[in-house]
Amino acid sequence: MSGRIIHIASNTFREAVRDRVLYNLIAFALLMSGAAILVGQISIGIERLVVINLGLTAVSLFGIVIAIFIGIGLVSKEIDKKTLYTVLSRPVQRWEFIVGKFFGLAGTLVVNAFFMALGVFAALLYVSHHFQATDGWVLVALYFIILQFLIITSLALLFSSFSSPLLSAVFAFALFVIGTFAEDLRGFAGLTRGIVRWLATGAAYMVPNFSALNVISSVAHEQPVAGQLILSNTAYALVYASMALCGAVLIFERRNLK
Amino acid sequence: MKPSRRITIVAGTLLITCLAGSVLLLLHIDRERKGATLEEVLYISSPTLLKRMSLGYDGLLADVYWTRAVQYFGDKLTRGSEHFDLLAPLLEITTTLDPHLLVAYEYGSNFLAPKIPGGADQPQRAIKLVEFGIRNNPNQWHLYYDLGFIYYMELGDYAKAEQAFADGAKVPHAHQIMPLMAAKMAEHAGNLQTARLMWVTTYQITRDPMVKSNAVAHLNALQVDEDVTTLERVVSHYHEKTGHLPQKFADLETANMLRGTPVDPLGHTYKLMPDGHVEVRVPDDLPFIEKGIPIGYIPPRKPKLPPVN
Amino acid sequence: MTAIDILGLEKTYSVGFWRKKPRCALKPLHLRVEEGEIFGFLGPNGAGKTTTLKMLMGLVYPTAGSAQILGMEINDPHMKAQIGFLPEQPYFYDYLTAGELLNYYGQLSGVAAKERERKVREVLGRVGLPDVMRVQLRKFSKGMLQRVGIAQAILHDPRIVFLDEPMSGLDPMGRREVRDLMEQLKQEGKTVFFSTHILSDAEALCDRVAIIHLGELRSVGAVADLTSSVEGKIELVWHGNKIPAAMKALGADCHVTGDTIRAVLLEGNQDAALEALRREQLRIISLIPVRTSLEEYFVRKLQPSRATAGVTQ
Repeated sequence: MSGRIIHIASNTFREAVRDRVLYNLIAFALLMSGAAILVGQISIGIERLVVINLGLTAVSLFGIVIAIFIGIGLVSKEIDKKTLYTVLSRPVQRWEFIVGKFFGLAGTLVVNAFFMALGVFAALLYVSHHFQATDGWVLVALYFIILQFLIITSLALLFSSFSSPLLSAVFAFALFVIGTFAEDLRGFAGLTRGIVRWLATGAAYMVPNFSALNVISSVAHEQPVAGQLILSNTAYALVYASMALCGAVLIFERRNLK
Repeated sequence: MKPSRRITIVAGTLLITCLAGSVLLLLHIDRERKGATLEEVLYISSPTLLKRMSLGYDGLLADVYWTRAVQYFGDKLTRGSEHFDLLAPLLEITTTLDPHLLVAYEYGSNFLAPKIPGGADQPQRAIKLVEFGIRNNPNQWHLYYDLGFIYYMELGDYAKAEQAFADGAKVPHAHQIMPLMAAKMAEHAGNLQTARLMWVTTYQITRDPMVKSNAVAHLNALQVDEDVTTLERVVSHYHEKTGHLPQKFADLETANMLRGTPVDPLGHTYKLMPDGHVEVRVPDDLPFIEKGIPIGYIPPRKPKLPPVN
Repeated sequence: MTAIDILGLEKTYSVGFWRKKPRCALKPLHLRVEEGEIFGFLGPNGAGKTTTLKMLMGLVYPTAGSAQILGMEINDPHMKAQIGFLPEQPYFYDYLTAGELLNYYGQLSGVAAKERERKVREVLGRVGLPDVMRVQLRKFSKGMLQRVGIAQAILHDPRIVFLDEPMSGLDPMGRREVRDLMEQLKQEGKTVFFSTHILSDAEALCDRVAIIHLGELRSVGAVADLTSSVEGKIELVWHGNKIPAAMKALGADCHVTGDTIRAVLLEGNQDAALEALRREQLRIISLIPVRTSLEEYFVRKLQPSRATAGVTQ
């Protein structure tokens, strides 16, 4: 059983690689190199700050865009092109397919982020000529970004299991944007009354909480990240992604393939 | 069958022509919009809205706005402008997006508070800015210094300045200048020495080249003020003693009242006027001086700061 | 053992945004296929053949009814390990090479790692594609894709092979090869269930056929039994260029070629036709019975339904 999931996952990874997704790393490398060289001219005294802000923001944005772009087609593309027929007629359960796809894309994003992290640290070394102990927090910020990827991937997969790529992209992106306001939304819900309060609160708790996962600015200022937060965020991301995946499995299990 | 040669030539030529044309047009448009471009530098003027829209990437956006603020101020400075209207909003946006960007508060105290042409003449707004900074970074002694600086330099409120420096002295790892400065506020606030100390400190504790350059200009001005005062006193002393005014500085030398030819901090010799006043030779190079200004001199709109290195 | 046991499988789609109009793709179907036979599932396009296959593969859920394959339920992984499926106009991951694709399918079907490479090579040779291991599928022609499709269906040595339009996209040589392959599979003791609308293939291969039209099963049985149930025809050839009026009255299908005329008519009208020719003193060249083809049976069988077509659509 787990063997099949791994096979589906590695095939998904292979598809992303052959789709030349990893070429985005070239664009990223150019961006970081340019920034590292220019930052000394433009923002004197805050080079490390800018490099970390820019680097981590780029890792996050690139990754989320890739997660959405590939995620929305994970299931719908296979249904449209009917490549699923020869897969599901084999002893592969529908839920194994979903989980395998998830790990495949998640794995791609982690590998991508890894190479990007090397780029960020290289740029950091270039502008400040040595590493500091506080640079370790950058790794935590990267870890949180990867948790964000897991959530977005699971959501894109969920939408892909029942919706067209275009709509899935819109939903996934919308949830990402709303998710960055999640804290505000919860506050807002607290101010309303009656049925609006129920709806708003419900919505506010359902949206993925990206605000807690974004520690880029504080890490750039060399502030530490609480261990408690690391644990809570990890648990939250895993639980949320599992929830979305279960949704995807439930929907996909019931679908009549055209 | 091959692609049509004629079409290739026509389309290719047209492409290159259009490319050249679009570049030329862009240059033309840029020239027309020169004034406009900087005014639009804010894009969105509400700091809180901007923070919402940054989707959590406020750190980077803060850096972008900070870069804009530096460019804006530097540009206005070199181009010469009456007002720096956008400096306050830019700094406010920057600090709303990233309350820990300490250098922005430094800019507030050094360039938002002072009078035109050296700054935007908005000391109250600068105070608000720095106080916001202190609320968000209560353990950064430099911010208390910035606050005290504004009260001392622009508002002459020595009591509040002393309070600020004293508060800053209590912060862990505060710079040793803080309690010293607090004491100075209490006793010798009006002194030239205190002002000089303040500027030297500012020069030493900043990493920003613009702030350093500004501090040097002010130190030069203080020196000139002191020199002119001293020289005019010597001239007056000579007048008392001899009954007439000296013709040139050499006369004072002969009378053993002066050693060597007096030069200003930039190396230009002072000018001795027939009526006994002392003037600087190149007033353009010495913004911020209050003494020794040639009569009828109209300062340029842009204060000329020493080169940024 | 019964290879395939279909018990009242039925599929109705709800068409339209407000789910008003139901469209019946398959009326309740009862069918049994025994192990070791080549079974043809025939019908015109849109008859419900693919719908049935998709339900058997678990890709579509039936509105009612059930089915068992090798005595096991449709979604049973043990069952799926023993069947192979070639969908209609298959499309595969075009970024993979043929070797990688088959290897992937082998992994999913539980073929042991040690044997996979060998089996992949073997099966590619069997479908006539020995040299394409490293060629990317996006470079394959339609016929080559069809062959790869067959390869993936038999790779893991399944007991039953389901083929949806296996001949489509193949040239005559290719079709011949596939027919031979299907015979081989039968020799190996496998069951082959295939759908097609090319009746001559079915006639040549099948032990039994089922004919389905507009979602409804019209008949089931051995080819010989079916064709013999239809009234035979004869072919009459005579010299001359004159067609007696009586011929036309008998419903003869006449063709003039040079100075001979060939007419096909029902066996029962044989005597009347000969009489008509004798009366006109036309010289008879030959009289031979025409073997009823499956196509003939097909057309005749489906004729009445054509008149009432459109009721459920």
